Amino acid sequence: MENPFNKVTTLDQVLDFFHDGMTLMFGGFGGVGSPPGLIGGILEKKVKHLKLIGNDTGFPDIGIGKLVSNGRVDNVIASHIGSNPIAGRLMHEGKLDVEFSPQGILVERIRAGGVGLPGILSDIGTDNEIVAKDKPLVELNGKKYLVETALTAEVSIVYAKKADEYGNLIYDKSARNTNPLVAMAGKITIAEVEEIVSLGSLSPEEIITPGVFVDYVIPSKGVNWKWAWE
Amino acid sequence: MGLGIETRHRLAKRAAEEIKTGMVVNLGIGIPSLVPNHLPEDIKVMFHAENGIVGMGPSPNSGDEDENLCNAGGFPVTLNSGGSYCDSSIAFGIIRSGRIDLTILGSLQVSQSGDLANWIVPGKKVPGMGGAMELAQKAKKVIVLMNHCDKNGSPKIVEKCTLPLTSSGTVNMIVTELAVFQVTEAGLILTEIFPPFELETVRSKTEAVFQVSKNIRRIAY
Repeated sequence: MENPFNKVTTLDQVLDFFHDGMTLMFGGFGGVGSPPGLIGGILEKKVKHLKLIGNDTGFPDIGIGKLVSNGRVDNVIASHIGSNPIAGRLMHEGKLDVEFSPQGILVERIRAGGVGLPGILSDIGTDNEIVAKDKPLVELNGKKYLVETALTAEVSIVYAKKADEYGNLIYDKSARNTNPLVAMAGKITIAEVEEIVSLGSLSPEEIITPGVFVDYVIPSKGVNWKWAWE
Repeated sequence: MGLGIETRHRLAKRAAEEIKTGMVVNLGIGIPSLVPNHLPEDIKVMFHAENGIVGMGPSPNSGDEDENLCNAGGFPVTLNSGGSYCDSSIAFGIIRSGRIDLTILGSLQVSQSGDLANWIVPGKKVPGMGGAMELAQKAKKVIVLMNHCDKNGSPKIVEKCTLPLTSSGTVNMIVTELAVFQVTEAGLILTEIFPPFELETVRSKTEAVFQVSKNIRRIAY
């Protein structure tokens, strides 16, 4: 009997979801744990004017950095762009709009978006003019907090070690990083995975992201970039 | 930046003296990443990484790197026994809830009241704050390892930071190639000097107002 929960498909099939001007959220931290096949597909499809949300802009040829380096991105919300000098150059030339968010707050905003909360209260950078700019302050129990808005995206792309046909995900060591949060915050979430297994073969205790958050699963061909340390 | 490898290791060795068994420690990139090399074997700590590791171990041998086991800077590491992985929201939950005993960071400037400025040089270098704001604001102890002066010879320990702040009043200790300072409620105190440097040299290269400890330590390494 055919499995009614089957979300396994191909890169070609999911490329239809990527279009000019879209908001795209990506998993990964310094390129580690970013989905190489999906990023490559978006690059080849020549999608442009992207609005990106993710931890950082990778390295020029690693992770999401490739999209930034190729001028496909108009806006980015990230905590760090330092490992991708091209991102810094584009920002100074006025070609890339960057909103910086403290790293843990950024990922918590993404989490909020994924779990149905409109925002969070934060005491990080309350007295910092760049962080606090244009954000409402609220008082709670005698202390002041910034209102940090939740983040969602049209499409979230994540990388995982294993998925079953329902899209239950298990990650690989530190490549887990922002992926479980990003996976929850996309209206459509696509997971690129190293290994696809049949329903029931993942231990329910081990699953990190329940498949309910995942819409499509595609097989990965592994990274197509050289790591900075190589 | 500008410091020889021996000097960098001297700074790291001094910072390592602050690490006690049982601590949860977060290390920044650059000189702080050298600190584990100077930790005595009987000191057992958990190194924390912002991407989602508690119990991070040393770099692997060449050829043993795992692209999916990297530190927050994207470079290969290992996992010590008892270590675990988590997602980045948990890694920062650990930071914000005050479970980091010690963080060791680099900086562009530190003020005499412990203000930290290490994330932006307006118009020149705007890498972003990463996790520095959360670490500086929430770690129980913050140590800065840095050059005493910048590459133009301007003092980096200042009365008031001229660069945008990462956090205010959060630095507890500053270690440079010349000296060690403690930031206290009574102000900045010079407590240690790295020979052959003398107090006069430290004075001439420090803009901040500081007191000098009565029992100044001349570090023997």
